[in-house]
Amino acid sequence: MNEPSVNEFTIKIANVNGTGSASANGMLMKSLFRMGIPVVGKNYFPSNIQGLPTWYEIRASEKGYLARSGRIDLMVAMNAETYNIDLTEVAPGGYLLYDSTWPRHSMLTRDDITIIGVPLAKICNENFPNARIRVLMKNVAYVGVIAALLDVDLEVIKQLLSEAFAKKADLLEANQLAINMGYGYAKAHLDTPLPFSARISDKTAEHIIIDGNTSSGLGCVYAGATVGAWYPITPSTSVMDGFKHFCELTRKDPETGEKNFCIIQAEDELAAMGMVLGAAWAGARAFTPTSGPGISLMSEFLGYGYFTEIPAVVFNVQRCGPSTGMPTRTQQSDITSCAFASHGDTRHVLLFPANPEECFYAARDAFDLADRLQTPVIVLSDLDIGMNDWMCADLHWDKNYQPDRGKLLRAEDLEKIEEFHRYLDIDGDAITSRTVPGDHPKGAYFTRGSGHNMYGAYTEDAGEYLQVVDRLRRKWDTAKSYVPGPAINYSEKNNTGIISIGSCNHAVREAIDTLGEEGLGVNYMRIKALPFNGQVQEFIEAHDKIYVVEQNRDAQLKSLLCLELKVPDEQLTEVLHYNGLPVTAGFVVDAIHQDLAKGVAA
Amino acid sequence: MSFMSKPTVRHPKLPVNDIGLTVRDYEGGMSTLCAGCGHDSVTGALVQAAFELSIPTHRFAKLSGIGCSSKTPAYFLRDSHGFNSTHGRMPSVATGANSANRDLYYIGVSGDGDSLSIGMGQFVHAIRRNINMLYLIENNGVYGLTKGQFSAAADKGSKAKKGETNLQPPIDPCQTAITLGATFVARGFSGDKDQLVPLLKAGMKHRGFGLIDIISPCVTFNDHEGSTKSYAYTREHFNLAIAANFVPPVEEITAKYEEGTSMPVKLHDGSTIVLRKIDQDFDPMDRISALRNLQENAEAGEVTTGLLYIDESQPEMHEVDNTTKTPLVDLDYSQVCPGNDTLQKIQSRYR
Repeated sequence: MNEPSVNEFTIKIANVNGTGSASANGMLMKSLFRMGIPVVGKNYFPSNIQGLPTWYEIRASEKGYLARSGRIDLMVAMNAETYNIDLTEVAPGGYLLYDSTWPRHSMLTRDDITIIGVPLAKICNENFPNARIRVLMKNVAYVGVIAALLDVDLEVIKQLLSEAFAKKADLLEANQLAINMGYGYAKAHLDTPLPFSARISDKTAEHIIIDGNTSSGLGCVYAGATVGAWYPITPSTSVMDGFKHFCELTRKDPETGEKNFCIIQAEDELAAMGMVLGAAWAGARAFTPTSGPGISLMSEFLGYGYFTEIPAVVFNVQRCGPSTGMPTRTQQSDITSCAFASHGDTRHVLLFPANPEECFYAARDAFDLADRLQTPVIVLSDLDIGMNDWMCADLHWDKNYQPDRGKLLRAEDLEKIEEFHRYLDIDGDAITSRTVPGDHPKGAYFTRGSGHNMYGAYTEDAGEYLQVVDRLRRKWDTAKSYVPGPAINYSEKNNTGIISIGSCNHAVREAIDTLGEEGLGVNYMRIKALPFNGQVQEFIEAHDKIYVVEQNRDAQLKSLLCLELKVPDEQLTEVLHYNGLPVTAGFVVDAIHQDLAKGVAA
Repeated sequence: MSFMSKPTVRHPKLPVNDIGLTVRDYEGGMSTLCAGCGHDSVTGALVQAAFELSIPTHRFAKLSGIGCSSKTPAYFLRDSHGFNSTHGRMPSVATGANSANRDLYYIGVSGDGDSLSIGMGQFVHAIRRNINMLYLIENNGVYGLTKGQFSAAADKGSKAKKGETNLQPPIDPCQTAITLGATFVARGFSGDKDQLVPLLKAGMKHRGFGLIDIISPCVTFNDHEGSTKSYAYTREHFNLAIAANFVPPVEEITAKYEEGTSMPVKLHDGSTIVLRKIDQDFDPMDRISALRNLQENAEAGEVTTGLLYIDESQPEMHEVDNTTKTPLVDLDYSQVCPGNDTLQKIQSRYR
């Protein structure tokens, strides 16, 4: 970075897991947000509690580009173990800040970047009494140094500190001292600010910083979910943490402490899914959050839910597969397994939120769709959306919203009808009526995963079986008119299009801007649900060249498009990013450049 | 379901219960199990027990897993919702249903294969949570639907129909349940309806998880010489330890009971079980005593039956959790949605 710039930079902080760096890094990110600068924080952490390397990356972008940037302007190298790797990642012209209390190996240097040494440990050892506080305050001290280097408003940081430690005066004092120490040292000994720096802006009004798991949990509260069953698994665990937190906050009787919700930590994912089906069958809105391995275990019950037509909501916060894979790295590699989870001709309605804001509303949509369509609905987010801090527009709740319970007959409805048959398609939309236990003798029926006829009775009769499974296929067609359509940016001038999904969104939009500046106009369609509806087909037909950008090895979205829409394979060009880190705009641009070069060469 | 439907004609003079229903109102579809199957006797006892308790038919929910036993919920309580789930997974479905509606009578029907092998994990966790339900294991020591493999309940030395001897020790669901803190553990025999009906009634009225392990011989694959789960073997080794008599709330306990051998146990809804000690050493209110006696009797080759252990003082899942008394399924949306103003307040912490 040679030209001076404002509010466009990426800082990466290398830490040791378990040293308390997360809160210091979060504070730095939030101070930029409070200055009005669009910002995103991405945490690259190990599947470990203490001792392994961990990184936090903060991108500030006045233009609102909040994908992983792919370039590091300032590396804060606080972990000796990863110092040599961290050194190589800095962009030419960039900076590396390290703790100069201890000498660096003479080989560990680069001519094309500026290396800044600050004796952080020494300063902290001189000012703080015990080992634990010295380790913690070293993190806060480097935030002070960075504040000076980037011209971050010190008052904003101090305000954040006073909010965080409102009830802990001694900690507040220590933190403020550490900030001042770092800031003061930098001002006295270093050239500040750097050529790239932060300046007060106005781009974050009416926005929040939130992760997608928290917003998913919050969405479930607002959607009226009363039962949550789950088994802990990274990176989905904080969905239930969020749900529990907001339920405790809003759904407990202040006098008796009685709860208008029930959360069950199951013995495994099989049981979690069974509990969700049981609760939904009994009439509650119920959900479970999980990740890839959990989906594998839930598949038996997902097929049961599909065949017996029980509404259920599953959040799959995707991580790197196959098998245990890399539990703390991101991917979009469960698209196919979720679409067809279970044996037999099973297919599931899927939703693909692109950020925490969409996770919140996807919770509402998922419950409404599950009830309306009487089938499991799986919301596929991923580790990047679920566990990282994203800037989102404020969330709002329509006061007129009422849950769409679909064709659910309660006692008063059953009183009015002559007889009830669970799987009889009366309206011709392939969706039948259901009842809940305990309401009325007329509503009784027998739910079975074995062959059943349209009256709900056991059958092994070929014709009766076909009536049921063919109706389920027609229900899939009905679903197309209920699921959210794709988000489309379209101009007739462009012959090239990109199709993408979920958390690729920011990178793709940034890439499209870059390509546009180069003179290549590109249209964009972001898939938001399965089944695909008519607009998806139209978009594909309207373009000569389409790239499908997704984060898995096997082009799962592209395969599904070809399979479901009868699109010839060669019409879609795959752009695949699957190393476990979030995709960058640069990766998408490079892939398209390479493909275009191939065309020219041919 | 059978090729022929069960006639619902009833005799005009059939006795009615307190809510005006006859025993026929508690029946279900035609059984498709083998003639003489112990499970059909259990079904009959369930119908009798539900009828005698005068519970409205639609206030039950019947759940099961996979196997011969798990087919039976289709054969009783036709006016109740039924859930024939996947193999070994009934406990989780029952737990979920109970979480949504705490006011129903949940009857789970399972078998030794369904509960003690594929479903062992869910079985023990339902006990641990003290889900308010009656859980029946129709125990015949074999897999019937797949034609006679040993189950995990088969006794060591028991012979299969084709002559193979089981060499592994059995899992005793009653001992397992007691060690896990189950609050109602009984064993019955499908061939003894007089004993079974009061146990079923007490189990339905018990607050918390009630387990009844019912020895229910498989006439097709495990009723031969050398089997320890046959009718003949069970009758021969049957050892009634604690007899139970169920007394509904309205009835006065008039029968005199001998001090020290009979004990009335008050249930949550005001009804009473009068326990009568047959085996004087056996104390069904003492977990250690119950376990020791069960183990000693098992060593001696006896099939110990009766109400083996009861503890009415333990809270069930919702009481532990402090869930609202209203079934969650009956809460209005306005009671669970915090509203937009609260949402705006919540977001102040995310700026």
